[in-house]
Amino acid sequence: MKFSRLIWANLTRKKVRLLLTLGSFAVALFLFAFLAVVRDAFSRGGGIASANRLVTINRVSIIQSLPLSYRDKIQNIPGVQSVTHDNWFGAVYQDEKNFFPQFVIDPENQRKVYSELVVPDDQWGNFLKDRQGAIAGDSTAKRFGWKIGDRIPLKATAYGGGAWEFNLDGIYHGTRPGDDETQFWFQWDYFEERVPQSFKGQAGWYTVRLNSPDDALRVAKTIDADFANSPYETKTDTESAFAENWVKQFGNIELLILSIGSVVFFTLLLVTGNTMAISVRERTGELAILKAIGFRDGSVLFFVLAEALAIALVGGFVGLGLALLAIPILGQSMSGMLPPLVISKTMLATALGFALLVGMCSGLLPGIGAMRLRVVDALRRI
Amino acid sequence: MVSVNADGNSKALIQVRGLNKTYRRGGEPIQVLQGLNLDVDKGDFVAFMGPSGSGKTTLLNLLGGLDVPTAGAISVAGDEITHMSSGRLTEWRARHVGFVFQMYNLVPVLTASQNVELPLLLTRLSRSERKAHVEAALAIVGLQGRADHFPRQLSGGQEQRVAIARAVVSDPTFLLCDEPTGDLDRKSADEIMALIEELVRQHKKTVLMVTHDPVVAARAHTVLHLEKGVLVEAAKSSPGAAAGGAA
Repeated sequence: MKFSRLIWANLTRKKVRLLLTLGSFAVALFLFAFLAVVRDAFSRGGGIASANRLVTINRVSIIQSLPLSYRDKIQNIPGVQSVTHDNWFGAVYQDEKNFFPQFVIDPENQRKVYSELVVPDDQWGNFLKDRQGAIAGDSTAKRFGWKIGDRIPLKATAYGGGAWEFNLDGIYHGTRPGDDETQFWFQWDYFEERVPQSFKGQAGWYTVRLNSPDDALRVAKTIDADFANSPYETKTDTESAFAENWVKQFGNIELLILSIGSVVFFTLLLVTGNTMAISVRERTGELAILKAIGFRDGSVLFFVLAEALAIALVGGFVGLGLALLAIPILGQSMSGMLPPLVISKTMLATALGFALLVGMCSGLLPGIGAMRLRVVDALRRI
Repeated sequence: MVSVNADGNSKALIQVRGLNKTYRRGGEPIQVLQGLNLDVDKGDFVAFMGPSGSGKTTLLNLLGGLDVPTAGAISVAGDEITHMSSGRLTEWRARHVGFVFQMYNLVPVLTASQNVELPLLLTRLSRSERKAHVEAALAIVGLQGRADHFPRQLSGGQEQRVAIARAVVSDPTFLLCDEPTGDLDRKSADEIMALIEELVRQHKKTVLMVTHDPVVAARAHTVLHLEKGVLVEAAKSSPGAAAGGAA
């Protein structure tokens, strides 16, 4: 484009200011990307939850357990394909800060219900044969450098405490972006064998796989109706509703992140808008000359907007590039404290879209001012 | 031939009839130009003189389509410019007017050749054609060797030469020079005036110039005095100018 040299020359005339403005965009976009992936991590449960899965918990609270005897009754409800049950096991590996979620699983049905979490058949076979066997998510295995065959000691903080030892028989992988690969599973029988009597025969929750998502409402109502007025009443939700309720326990993270993000972009708009306004004001005479020699008002507006958009684009790319490099590292360091941080193409496109929008808005007012500039008045001021 | 009569040459390149310009300052009307008439033929070199505030620059701005008159008409090469829309006037300026200002007004972040190329960016010329035109314009002003210099690397006289090259590169119908030597020392001013004379003599350019300097004005074919918004006097200073031009 024949105007590119003029736009480039104007862009780079104040290099320090250009670098600082690019830096503002880069920092804002990096922050936006980080907030977006954190928000996504918290809401992903709802987003990637299977449409044909239900979660049944104790009506009082998820902390309260449910009898194992419910499993067969749930299994027999028409529309239910399979049922599995789990328990939360809050143990510590070496140090309390090494947090990762541990679940006691029902080996018979685990893979039927969570088919997206894949364990190679030979490893699963070894796990089934090993009473102290365990399966770890790929992320957790990498985090602690575990290999198959390793002996994993955990210190239980509930269920009577004490040291528990496991043999790592397999590593699972998620098949979809964002699948949680931080979990640690072990055998129900081993758990039942070790825990005090009061915990035996109790499940933390049931996960129900349906033949069709269309059955969800009916089956959920049936489950809760079947156990109504019993000592262990149930509350059944779709997996996505369950995940959303779980996140709500932490507070309104969505609002918090949206608020911070809005402030970041608004501040960026003020900073870049001010920068563009100063930049245009400094060039009033030059813009007047351009108009005098025949550049149209629209061309002058285009030059200002092109500069603002170029800054937004380059700053945006730098910020998102930094995010692509840093977020996986941050995610690793916060593993266990936060759900996995996943940078999606949609998020990157949205961030870049926001950057361009801010660039456009920041250049618009100074650009319109330049467009409306009266050559005679501007020349008089030179 | 230059005339300041309403019944002047109807075939003149530039025809001004009954030109009025009134500004409002603090609610009070200030009439800068009052019923001004002017005819300028192709190849004329006219200098406008007058005290500060007499309306010289206002007249130049009106002739260059940078401002619109309160009343009256300006016609250039048959184009009546006083009723043109802002967009058409901009296009007209690009085709017909070359501007030279006192402070040169080059874009400081562009080299001399890039500054000269600016008006050509508005044309359909290819890059190589634009380059050829720029080289020719810089050759006319004697700055071929300074094409890649930035304005800050040039002297005032050289900057004004670049500004003149920018003004002539698109071969406009006429040049408007507002105090072209006002910021230069005598030697540089002489060089610039020699260059403008050469543009008139060799390249048949029509030049209208505002100046305070009688020495500079004396080099024009015709000198017109503006006082209180009226062209009250004209003096022929060169044998090259046609007779009977002054009122």
